[in-house]
Amino acid sequence: MYVAVKGGEKAIRNAHRLLARTRRGDTSLPEVSVAQIQAQMSLAVARVMDEGALYDTELAALALKQAAGDQVEAIFLLRAYRATLPRFCASVPLETETMRVGRRVSAIYKDLPGGQRLGATFDYSHRLLDFSLLAAGETPEKDDFSVHSAENPAEEPVMPMPCPHVLNLLTEEGLVKTEETLANPAEAEIPDITREPLAFPSSRATRLQILARGDEGFLLAMAYSTQRGYGRNHPFAGEIRVGAVDVWLEAEETGFPVPAGEIDLTECEMVNQFVGSPDIAPQFTRGYGLVFGSAERKAMAMALVDRALRADEYNEEIASPAQQEEFVLAHCDNVEAAGFTSHLKLPHYVDFQSELGLIRKLRAEYARKHSARANATMDNQPLQVTP
Amino acid sequence: MNPALNPTPLADETAASTLPLLRVNQLTRLFGHEKGCQDISFDLYPGEVLGLVGESGSGKSTLLSLLSGRTPPDRGSVQYRADHANWLDIYEAGEARRRQLLRTEWGFVEQNPRDGLRMSVSAGANIGERLMAQGARHYGQLRETAIHWLQQVEIDASRVDDPPRAFSGGMQQRLQIARNLVSKPRLVFMDEPTGGLDVSVQARILDLLRSLVRELDLAVILVTHDLAVARLLADRLLVMRRSRVVESGLTDQILDDPQHPYTQLLVSSVLQA
Amino acid sequence: MTNMTTETRFAQSGRESMENTAAEGYNFAYLDEQTKRMIRRGLLKAVAIPGFQVPFGGREMPLPYGWGTGGMQVTAAILAPEDILKVIDQGADDTTNAVSIRAFFERTARVATTTRSGEATIIQTRHRIPETPLKRDQMMVFQVPIPEPLRFIEPSETETATLHALGDYGVMHVKLYEDIVAHGHIATCYAYPVEVNDRYMMDPSPIPRFDNPKLHMSPALMLFGAGREKRLYALPPYTRVVSIDFEDYPFEAQRQDGVCAICGSANTYLDELIVDDRGTRHYVCSDTDYCQEHAGQQGIRA
Repeated sequence: MYVAVKGGEKAIRNAHRLLARTRRGDTSLPEVSVAQIQAQMSLAVARVMDEGALYDTELAALALKQAAGDQVEAIFLLRAYRATLPRFCASVPLETETMRVGRRVSAIYKDLPGGQRLGATFDYSHRLLDFSLLAAGETPEKDDFSVHSAENPAEEPVMPMPCPHVLNLLTEEGLVKTEETLANPAEAEIPDITREPLAFPSSRATRLQILARGDEGFLLAMAYSTQRGYGRNHPFAGEIRVGAVDVWLEAEETGFPVPAGEIDLTECEMVNQFVGSPDIAPQFTRGYGLVFGSAERKAMAMALVDRALRADEYNEEIASPAQQEEFVLAHCDNVEAAGFTSHLKLPHYVDFQSELGLIRKLRAEYARKHSARANATMDNQPLQVTP
Repeated sequence: MNPALNPTPLADETAASTLPLLRVNQLTRLFGHEKGCQDISFDLYPGEVLGLVGESGSGKSTLLSLLSGRTPPDRGSVQYRADHANWLDIYEAGEARRRQLLRTEWGFVEQNPRDGLRMSVSAGANIGERLMAQGARHYGQLRETAIHWLQQVEIDASRVDDPPRAFSGGMQQRLQIARNLVSKPRLVFMDEPTGGLDVSVQARILDLLRSLVRELDLAVILVTHDLAVARLLADRLLVMRRSRVVESGLTDQILDDPQHPYTQLLVSSVLQA
Repeated sequence: MTNMTTETRFAQSGRESMENTAAEGYNFAYLDEQTKRMIRRGLLKAVAIPGFQVPFGGREMPLPYGWGTGGMQVTAAILAPEDILKVIDQGADDTTNAVSIRAFFERTARVATTTRSGEATIIQTRHRIPETPLKRDQMMVFQVPIPEPLRFIEPSETETATLHALGDYGVMHVKLYEDIVAHGHIATCYAYPVEVNDRYMMDPSPIPRFDNPKLHMSPALMLFGAGREKRLYALPPYTRVVSIDFEDYPFEAQRQDGVCAICGSANTYLDELIVDDRGTRHYVCSDTDYCQEHAGQQGIRA
């Protein structure tokens, strides 16, 4: 009797065996390799790296394979692994201006220094299922999302670098609010959301870190809500760029920066309207998004939400969810959210039992009161005498 | 109160009541040019009802939130006589003390009762909350007190367990008044207390307020754009325009013989309306 | 029957591996020493200010948030090689999550484990306090989902932090008042809020209120860890812990009708089992260790 209710070690072991079998699927088909996922599911890999907060395409691909394609599960795997890694230092701030750009678009200028470049994009594709992919074997044309110069198709030359940021052109004219820059970034205290608990009100640096690894779906919905009037901020896609950027480290022993490699990034800068205040002339403001890999939807959503969360800075009325720091930051992490939602599957016998006890007691009291009232009514009934 | 149990010499009582309850000095908070309020100074005496009048945007509401400890000023001070001798600078006192004042010796009646009530808990709990915060721990007595105060504000005792959601606008406003008065405050701030109500309902609330203020010897700072409300309730008026007080004095004097051109305009426009 | 259980567990299973191999490449008890020191500093502060929620730099654990990551981090931080660990969930040692967490520490710390409450030096728990009275050399580690007792009245962290700082707790009694209005009783059955050391309002984690009296003046150190919310708090031994109430509606630990079908106890917390299709109900002790011991004393074979 007892065993039927309380699970055991054996049940868990069996469950894991079954899970492994389910993940593998039909064994008459060849097993998908991590390298294949890495190469052919690069956008899935990018999301796992970004929200898993670890830039490692191989481990992200491994996580995806182990999670049978479940993105949130894969993100969790990578995040848990990341938590065990030592942290050596913070990199030198990335110079996204020097990005080797594979895609770069601006919605606010028809032409601009550096030019527009579509790159690899689903935009303008007709969303028709391509049944030729169903057929075994390769599609004739080889597609490449990577932006390394050597691997780029010859007819699309890599942009000259550096490629200036569109918003900097506006900033030079005084049309966009200059962001506060740190006097000496190398010595500045950089908050680390993986080491320090979140406290409110938070800094923008902390917010951007949290948004960068926030759930794409959640941020997309929040961003969308600002467009539909819940915290409107009149955005324009100032610039979106996707490409490879060098990472430099300044190790204590060397005293000068050394290159550590390069990573693929997507950066989005939104230009938003601001009408000014008694102390500030009207000018444009900025929302910023930066994510690992090619992940434009996420970068745009992040930029919109970043701008919405700056309402306080610009003395705007905070009336909508996307503007509320506590609401957005406390709920955008899918590892936290998925964990806490899934914990409802854990046994709650004890709490349920106490509720059960109470509800029976309340029902008994209700019945007693009810029957007492019914009796009282009966007593007051005049005797009916049949003629 | 039984005088035998409270042998305070009469002379002291008189001396105490001639001291102001609130001393406001050069109070300033600006959001832009002439937006907010600046250089406001006045004294408020126990039992006195002071009206802040002026058109919307003149700075009345900003002043009210500065006075009630909700918004720190750019400069100037608000001093409250917490007991018979000690003056308390409310912005030097710290948030803990300010909040404590706001739920004990002070009250705040919001224009919209939804902002001043807990809409989802019963009327009784709304009234009892201040007492519970002060340590009242007897359910039966809390409920008795709640019923007493419901009757004081002319709400039927049978509604004690109903949530304010089920009340009309006028009843909600009366409940909010009861929720504030239960802690026997000495000073109550009111922001357009009849602003959102029908004219017929307004009259009843004004009547109620007038008798409660007299009965309980309350000092009140009342923001209103309605000079009729000001005339009915206020002993003294401050007329505000573009962040400054342009005229002050006894209510009758200001309404019957306004000196400042703006006050004249304000009074005549009401008369025309 | 076995088959059905397996299927159900499959849907619920986390990622934790149950193989009986030690975890290679990880520090003793999984967390690195820096992290453990950070948690211990937080715990020391928590002990110094009983009932106060101390923010800490919580780490991702290889178990999902909500499944005991806070408790596990606390256990990992205080665990020594000579400790004897007991892990319970719903009072029982053999519930899946308890089995999984116990296995985790067997693998990563190779410490001795036990199901006997009296033998354990550390007891990590979800939702219960053992029936066997605790002793002064024992530590309880509670898994906490929502550490903030004011959360369901006030969603904003900024506001609840202010209320704690000012000791402004009137709103807690508003909740109890409403219970009595609606039900004629205080209807909070678990996670019943307590006032600690006459100062801080504390959520005792979702233990049934039946267990609340065991917190008061306990000789054992009680540590609470909330992983997702990144908070630690503590009750040092012999701390005053008062379950809030009204004078005329005093706190009552829930009484249950019925006795344990296995050991015959009438004064323990009981789980209800439905044993056949006709809905016949049986009651058994939720604390499996106590039940076995008690049955043994009665000469009953559990």
